[in-house]
This record gives sequence, structure tokens and C-alpha cells, in this order.
Amino acid sequence: MSSLRTERLLNLVIALLATRRWLTKEQIRHAVPQYAGCESTEAFDRMFERDKEDLRELGVPLVTGSDSAWFDDEPGYRIDRAAYALPEVELTAEELAVLGLASRVWQQASLAGPAARALVKLRALGVETDEESLVGVEPRVRSAEPTFEPFYAATRDRAPVSFRYRRPDGEAAERHVEPWAVTSRSGWWYVVGFDRDRGQPRAFKLSRVTGGVRRIGRAGSYEVPDGVDAAAYVAGAPSSARDGREVRLRLRAGRCAALRLRARPDDVPDGGVRGPDVAARAGWDLVRIPVGDPESFAEEVASNGADVVVLEPADVRAAVVRRLRGALALQQGGQSLDGPDRTTAVRREVSR
Amino acid sequence: MSVGATTRLSRLLAMVPWLLRRQGVPLEEAARHFGITTEQLVKDLELLFVCGTPGHMPDDLIEADWESGRVYLDNADAISRPLRLGVDEAVALLVGLRTLAQVPGLHDRDAVESALAKLSSAAGEAAGVADSLTVDLAHGTEEVTLAAVRDGLRRHRRMHLRYLVPSRDETTERDVDPMRLVAVAGRWYVEAWCHRAEGVRLFRLDRVVTVDVLDVDGTPPPEAVSRDADEALFTPSPDDLVVTLDLAPGSRWVAEYYPVEDAEERADGWLRVRLRTANPDWVPRLVLRLGGGARIVTPDDIAERLVRTASAALAGYDRA
Repeated sequence: MSSLRTERLLNLVIALLATRRWLTKEQIRHAVPQYAGCESTEAFDRMFERDKEDLRELGVPLVTGSDSAWFDDEPGYRIDRAAYALPEVELTAEELAVLGLASRVWQQASLAGPAARALVKLRALGVETDEESLVGVEPRVRSAEPTFEPFYAATRDRAPVSFRYRRPDGEAAERHVEPWAVTSRSGWWYVVGFDRDRGQPRAFKLSRVTGGVRRIGRAGSYEVPDGVDAAAYVAGAPSSARDGREVRLRLRAGRCAALRLRARPDDVPDGGVRGPDVAARAGWDLVRIPVGDPESFAEEVASNGADVVVLEPADVRAAVVRRLRGALALQQGGQSLDGPDRTTAVRREVSR
Repeated sequence: MSVGATTRLSRLLAMVPWLLRRQGVPLEEAARHFGITTEQLVKDLELLFVCGTPGHMPDDLIEADWESGRVYLDNADAISRPLRLGVDEAVALLVGLRTLAQVPGLHDRDAVESALAKLSSAAGEAAGVADSLTVDLAHGTEEVTLAAVRDGLRRHRRMHLRYLVPSRDETTERDVDPMRLVAVAGRWYVEAWCHRAEGVRLFRLDRVVTVDVLDVDGTPPPEAVSRDADEALFTPSPDDLVVTLDLAPGSRWVAEYYPVEDAEERADGWLRVRLRTANPDWVPRLVLRLGGGARIVTPDDIAERLVRTASAALAGYDRA
């Protein structure tokens, strides 16, 4: 099957490249022997439409036009020969090797096919590649997300979409979005775009999209603002004013291995001006750790339980204490969550 | 779309210009260059042989001859130049290169930069589309660790790791023979034969405290077989302990991140999940991290451990 189809497409490409004139659909039907099997004009039309799509996807510059400026002729087709060819780029063996590695990013994702085809085209330019040095390296990203492809295509084509989206709290609603960018972070895919319902840019996690993605407008029907930093939308706005502070902590000797990776010893002399807590207790180490986001740092500290105490600053201390109290209160208070009253009470207590 | 047909067409359109410039190239060499078998190459040549310009009289058809074991091609003027990249093709490689560029230590940096420059100029309009697709594989990975592991992998050297196990708050020492360097869910792992565990293990690079590439052959033993990295990370064993958690609406991400066996919707957007784990030490740590966003339903001893730990931790703040 595949042979017949490839044969048809190849003959179509050759016919449209070789012609000096515009070829009408009827002429194309006769020029490509594999179209002879079409029983009806409708069947041929359908097949030809699909073939045009396939060629465009491969990068074939298919153009339509007419030789006559005076008559309202049926438009014809041909391939723009000047635009057809790959520009003469000279790639070194090392460059081809990293291009091979770059294609492996998509190994398990829906762009795997285009990536592999691109590599074959570039290899056709000549040089041998040296991939030996990159054997065993797999920089892959997954797009198991069924909505990756429609979101990517809508972003590429600048076509607005609608989809059903479940918020983190479980509420689901229909959203109408002009996609600006698709981005992957920590293995999750997100689409960032202008949310027509909210009138603001928003990020959506693809795993929370339920059902399909529908286009609700034409391609090219909106502009994407310059310099959209999709990753920043996904990460949320960092509290930059608080960035780069140092937190002083007490770590139990031999514990908190992960925190220690980023820690340096606190060289302030013991029993200094900071009060009684500063004195190193036996079995504890005083350290400093540079901290970006205090809330996520507090989460990490809390997970270490009684093996760590934050000494200062006060807001990080408070953030840790809040988490510890929250976990304790919920564990001790919530014997059963079956009653809605109880759940509400618990939620109020733990809400930040 | 039929992936097979378009992929093959794309290969043929790349192959013809290459063969035209290398008349008499051995079949094997051409097959190797395009990453296909010799049988497949012959099938491709047979297909080219029956294609040509309209009319399809013998003079119109592509001439292909490979009987001598060497390939000669002629009468293919229309497709004598390689086809440019399609939009998705250029995007795939450009985004791939940009992704690599953020991961220092993984590759030859100069080659990535120059390949990016050349590909961008060859890609035309597709370069703009590539701006709208980004992949972050650099999260929390140290360049020196990545470079050292890659070096060990390339030279087949054994490596000594000091490796952090946060769920037990332990630093372990082990010798490993590297097999693969692989990104899973945005993080880098080295898959290796671990001499301590006598099995294949995945080590997260951001938990490698130090790595020393030893001057010892590090070819993994024959029984070291790569596993699907995604499965290896997330396949619980039936012998594992069952843990039940109640997750507040803000903690529902836990159900997406951990291998949850089942999830049950509760009142007010809470979720009750069951998961299996060989070693439940990480569970109280997770619940403390969530700070009131989750509660351990069963087993009781883990729940009690959580209460003890939280109380002891809070006592540290009372005193201080």
C-alpha cells in the first residue's frame, strides 16, 4: 500500500516541478498514472486534497495561480522551484551529531516523525556523521498528552481554540484561548495564551484538559505579543524582591543530606548577638542556605521534620511552623472526612 | 496521514540528490548513510525506477542501476536538489537544539551553537514558530555531574557515586557501570549496573553528591538490560505496602505525580488516593511538606509517626 502511495506522491512532485506552466487539476489527474484508478471525480478530488496536505507538511512549496490575466481560468498548480530546494548549508560531522541528538528529544513525542525526516534531509547534504560520542545519551521529552498535537498546531497556525479544563481544585469549565506558546516543564506540558474569558494571559496544564481541543477561529486570526516568556508564566511570577536571601538553619548532625548539598557553614561565632538559639547545641550544625522562593523552601524544610530548625529570617520560620501545625492539626483532627461540615472546618483551618 | 508513505517520500527526495553526486556508491554505504537496510534501499531504488515525468515513457523515467552492487542514477533532473525542511521538521530540530543548549555538559557546546545558527538560516519562517515551543530539560542539573557521567559513559569507565536517598535522608556510596544517560519527566538520570545492589538502577543526577570516574573498565555485565525508564521509575510491586491519603484540593497534584492505584472523589474537592510503596518513609515527609494539604488515612503506624515527627519539629521552634 505504502509503495503505491509513495509512487503517486513522487510522480506528483516530479510533474509539478518539471512543468513550466500551471497544471489544472484535470491535467494533474492525467499526468500522474496512479490517479487513473480513481473511479469518480469526487474520489480524485479527495485523494488530491490529501496529497496536497502531505506535500505541504513535508515542506514542498505548492503554489496556485494562472497563466492568463484576462480570463477567469481555473487556477493551476505547480511547485515553486526556487523555494523548493534546501539552502546550501555546510554541516560538519560534529554539527550533524548534535542535530541527531536534538532529534532524539522527540523520540517519544509526536514530533518524532518530522524530526527524523529533517535529519535525513540534512544528511543528504553530504558529510558522514560521528554519533559515537553521543551514544547512550537520551535527552527525550514525552508528549503522551493527546492534546499536545492540536495545541502545538493551533499555536503554530495562530488559531484560537476552546477546550474543557479542570482547575487544580477540581472545578471544570469550558475555556476559550488564543494559544501563544507550548512549553514543557518537569515533564508536564503547558499551553500559554490569551484567555478570552478572563481577558488575561493564562497557563494551562495539558494533563488537566478533558476531552478534545476545538478550533474556534481561522488560522492567523490573532497576533502573539513579542517576547512571551512561556516558562515564566508556567513557573508563576517569582517574588523577586525576596530572591537571593540567606536562611540560617540548624541541622541535626548527619541528617538533612539534601539541604546540606546547598549549605555552607555559618561562621558567625557562637553565642553572638543573635540570642541564645545561635549557640550550637551538641549534635547540631549551624548553616546558611541561599533561598529563592521562601514558600517552596519552607516545604522542603518541613519535610525534614525534627531534623532541622530555621533560625531566621522570621517569615521563613513562620512558613515552616505553619506547615508543621497544618499537618499536625489535620492528622489529629480529621479522623473522618465523611461529613461535609468537618471537611469545611478542616479546610478553613489549613487555608493559607 | 500515512506516516509510512510521507516518510518514505521524504527519504527518496533526499536520497536522489545524494546518489546523483555519488555515482557508483556501494549499496551498503548508501543504506548505512540513510539508516536503512540494503533490502529497503533496493526497494526504494525499484520504486524510483518506475517514476518520472508525465508521459512515463521509458525516456521519462528515472534510470537506476544497482546490479553490480554499486548504485548509478540518472534522468532525475526535476528532483536533483534536496527538498527544504517543512515547518514542523525545522521546528523539531530547532527546539531540540535549543533544549540541548540549556543543558551544559551534555555535548559539544560549540557544535550546538553553530548548528543552531546554520539551521536557523536554513529554516526560514519556521524559526519563528520554533520560538513558541520550549522544553526545559536543564532543571536542577549540575554541569560537572552531567559532564562526568557522559565521560564515563563514552569511555566505558566504572564510576564511584556518593548518592543521596532523600526518602531515607541517607547518603550512600556505590560503584556503578553506566549504561545510559536519560531524561525522564524533565530530570536527568543515569541508568547503570549498580555493584552494591547487583542490579540495574536509575540514579537521579541532582541527587549525585559526587561522582568519580575510575580508571577501571565499566562495561556492564551481560545481565544488565535497559528497562523502559518510565516504567522502571513507576512500577510498584504487589508486595508493597498500601498507603491511603486524603488530599486537599490544592494537593491534588500528588495524584498526578505519584503512582496512584485509585482515586476517589470526596466532599468539597478532596481526593482519597491509594498507592503502593516498598518503603513508606517518604510518606510522612510528603505530608509534612504539604503542610495541612494531606492526611494519612492508613496505615496507622505511619500516621502516628507523622504526629510524633510534627510534634517534635514544632518543639524545636518553641525552645528556639
